[in-house]
Amino acid sequence: MIGATYALASILVFVTAALLILVGAVGVITLKNPVHSALSLIMTLFGVAVAFVAQGADFLAAVEIIVYAGAIVVLFLFVIMFLGVDRKEHVHVEPLVGQRAFAAVGVVVTVGGLITLMARSHWVTGAMSVSTKGVALASGQDNVKQLGTAVFTTYLFAFEATAVLLVIAVVGAVLLARRERALQSEEVEVEA
Amino acid sequence: MNVPAAWYLILAAVLFGVGSFGLLTRRSALIMFMCVELMLNAVNLTFVTFSRTLSDIGGQASVFFVMVVAAAEVTVGLGIVVSIFRRRSSTSVDELSELKG
Repeated sequence: MIGATYALASILVFVTAALLILVGAVGVITLKNPVHSALSLIMTLFGVAVAFVAQGADFLAAVEIIVYAGAIVVLFLFVIMFLGVDRKEHVHVEPLVGQRAFAAVGVVVTVGGLITLMARSHWVTGAMSVSTKGVALASGQDNVKQLGTAVFTTYLFAFEATAVLLVIAVVGAVLLARRERALQSEEVEVEA
Repeated sequence: MNVPAAWYLILAAVLFGVGSFGLLTRRSALIMFMCVELMLNAVNLTFVTFSRTLSDIGGQASVFFVMVVAAAEVTVGLGIVVSIFRRRSSTSVDELSELKG
């Protein structure tokens, strides 16, 4: 019945995205080598990008690949190799007794609750947004235009705040990762 | 015609569950950060799905900001992991237990 109403292509795209996302996510949490986990994370991110394109969020799909897969995962890989922790972790050892069972129960309850909420309740009315005056979301270049307009008008303050946030993050990361010897010698220089 | 929004929402819920299970069970701080990324992506997928169904660009703008915050979080988090590793030669969170009462 569903197959008759919706185009076969969109179902195929959804199944592809879902497979990429879920296989990648399970890989992240089961693989023993952190490098393999990071590569598996890239697979999930590509799946999410496919889902974004399928839903008309073209700009975000590009950002997902460029920023997430291109920058964040590379940062992960850099740290893994910088620290030399790319050896296998003993995933079968369970230091806390029953940790996995409790985690599984908690996760099943959470996901079950989310899906039940989705199926049973009407917490979204389905009414179209008033801010866009009923104009449907576009894809392609128009999507970039719409998102740009929203970010630089409605969400301008939040956008400026992210600039501050990024500066703080960069300064914090440099401070945290700096060696202490450099700090001490600098203090000596200041005192002298 | 696209597939129903519920399909994407269920996919996002399952992805969130997988990410939180990994966060609760893995002990390497690096893997835990990756699991946080999985959960953030699940929420992003939900935002984009509602953005499509309600035809509101606000959902996509939120995803934009979530991505910025995620990038900042990973930068600072990995800086902390590097500085802990210098002191302890390990990224296992089980060994960071000095503050327990």
